[in-house]
Amino acid sequence: MSSFKPFRMTYREACKQAIRDALLADARCFVMGEDVGKYGGCYAVTKGLLEEFGPARIVDTPLAEVGFVGAGVGAALAGLRPIVEIMTCNFSLLALDQIMNNAATIPHMSGGQFAVPLVIRMATGAGRQLAAQHSHSLEGWYAHIPGLKVLVPGTVEDARHMLAAALADPNPVLIFEHIVLYNAEDELDPAVTTVDIEHARVRRQGKDVSLVTYGNSLPKCLAAAQQLASEGIEAEVIDLRVLRPLDTATVIESLTRTHRCVIVDEGWKSGSISAEIAARLAEDALYELDAPVRRVCAREVPVPYAEHMETASLPQVPDIVAAVRSVVKAG
Amino acid sequence: MADFLMPALGADMETGTVVQWLVEPGARVKPGDVVAVVETHKGAIDVECFLDGVIGDLVPVGERLPVGAVLARVMETGGKPAVSVKASKSAVSAVAQPASPPLGREAAAPRTGQSTPVNPRRKVSPAARQRALQIGLDPDALSGTGVDGAVVLGDVERAGRRTRSVAAPAAAASAAHRGSFDPVQMRQAIASAMARSKREIPHYYLSSTVDFDAAQAWLQAWNRDRDPVHRLLPAVLLLKATALALREVPQFNGFCEGGVFRPGVGIHVGWATALRGGGLVAPAIHGADGRSPAELMEAMRDLVQRARAGGLRSSELTDPTVTVTSLGDRGAESVLGVIYPPQVAIIGFGRVVERPWVVDGQIVARRLVNLSLAADHRTSDGHLGGQLLAAIQQHLQSPETL
Repeated sequence: MSSFKPFRMTYREACKQAIRDALLADARCFVMGEDVGKYGGCYAVTKGLLEEFGPARIVDTPLAEVGFVGAGVGAALAGLRPIVEIMTCNFSLLALDQIMNNAATIPHMSGGQFAVPLVIRMATGAGRQLAAQHSHSLEGWYAHIPGLKVLVPGTVEDARHMLAAALADPNPVLIFEHIVLYNAEDELDPAVTTVDIEHARVRRQGKDVSLVTYGNSLPKCLAAAQQLASEGIEAEVIDLRVLRPLDTATVIESLTRTHRCVIVDEGWKSGSISAEIAARLAEDALYELDAPVRRVCAREVPVPYAEHMETASLPQVPDIVAAVRSVVKAG
Repeated sequence: MADFLMPALGADMETGTVVQWLVEPGARVKPGDVVAVVETHKGAIDVECFLDGVIGDLVPVGERLPVGAVLARVMETGGKPAVSVKASKSAVSAVAQPASPPLGREAAAPRTGQSTPVNPRRKVSPAARQRALQIGLDPDALSGTGVDGAVVLGDVERAGRRTRSVAAPAAAASAAHRGSFDPVQMRQAIASAMARSKREIPHYYLSSTVDFDAAQAWLQAWNRDRDPVHRLLPAVLLLKATALALREVPQFNGFCEGGVFRPGVGIHVGWATALRGGGLVAPAIHGADGRSPAELMEAMRDLVQRARAGGLRSSELTDPTVTVTSLGDRGAESVLGVIYPPQVAIIGFGRVVERPWVVDGQIVARRLVNLSLAADHRTSDGHLGGQLLAAIQQHLQSPETL
């Protein structure tokens, strides 16, 4: 069934192989979106799939998000397993009505009679000088909406295996692929053929502070943790993986050992998923906290185009290191 | 060897926290000794021991424990004491001298030059405060090394290792606690006890209006030549009259257990006391029927003060055989109470008011007080209740005999 072979793979290739697997495994499955066919996908994730699977399975759509996402909702309701690609999550706002008022809501309003097994993949995040209309991180917004599952693969392994779990889920699932991660490369463990879409994972163990993050901030946190280790500070790095439902238990479990928490999120700070996590720690784990919760988030501006300004607007390794130092003192 | 258990200080208590041990391991205890201070929703309560022997295996302070949990073990007299009395004596004298590092708020104040004077509240991390409570340290007295000079876990752990003595810091911690009770917790406890009462107890209510003129005249005469601290309040006569009436109609003094009445041993009147900041508590005035009005006045003053400031004794919370609520001169005209389970009655008095009243066919102005009874219909009937009210009324007509 699986075309998977153990070797080094990019995140982009992992996304593509996951889609290919799904198309081979289930005749109800098809891909739909802007430029996914002839052009091979805006980030080249679907390159070559049109030739392999034909125009009935790889469907190029007009530039009309509300239309083709709505078609995806209808196809899912009718029993198909659509994988809809939205070029960047900024554009998903055009389809917000379909995502929120239909996909997330119909299973509830129908008393569970209609499932919407729809998967929407979208690119998210900044770092490639695509300016303020193609660079934002809106996954935290979607995590606000009951009825949706929100996945944020931050590793090649999750990019490779989360799609299958998402398609198996009867609920609408959004997958946010970070544009900087597409070129990331990693060795895949051939023993791993599935992943869950419920739990956060500890990607690095440490005893002094819990770094809670996801997506492209994960490699930044791991780099920060490595630098901090040379100073004698052992940071634990938690990859949230799923923003809704949020796995608070794993974060609190870590906090009971480290008693300090720094949240790193490429979204803006105000009203964000980082705010939600901090609030949950205040509600459910206050007495574990030995220092204020700190957050390293994007500057509250539309992401700038100029490279040096874009870099300055995003959480970077030195910012994370500084935030950790500010809560982990000699005492 | 006997277990000294977390007492149930009322039907509404589920857990308590030992905030201070007043004895050292190895100390000799006898029935009635106050051995520990337990923090409950009613504030800090002095808990008495009813065992005779040598106490040991004390649970650490700061731990929240359910009712019935073992707090200590007592090697009863005749058994082999775990620690020699000599050793325990020296330990006690060591506690009496403030030889250990100063731990109170006051002691810390002169040393806080380095902290910001703008915000006098000491910064203590939640985790550090929790840990300090567990090991019986006052975190406010430690110097902090955390963010903004906050006291953090490491500071508490270091101080905990430095402090070998157990009792001294426990005393400091409990001093900070004494008198404080959590209004939210108390609200929940009252809610739970009163809901249980209304759910389980078939209440019936009686009331009558009592001529208070004779009692008032007697009070005025008594108070005329006395300085304010020795004057009596009307509540004392209401209390005494009720206690004497309960002696005559004892079916209202006791408990309902499994639907069956168990008479109380002695008449220990739970005196309903409102607390500042909300909530109430009804600790016992022991043997109220056998005490003079002056003695009762003193007992009442002491009880109300301790109920509000902390320092009630455990027996005062567990012993009441009946409850009396008197609304006082700023209260409403009448009250129909809710029985505190497992008691079977609550007697209520409204404010003393002046009203037209018929005496010998003439309308005259009289001082009146509304008297009420809420009682458990499983253990008594209205006819008997009427007798109790009549007896109270009668006693109030001859105040000189109270």
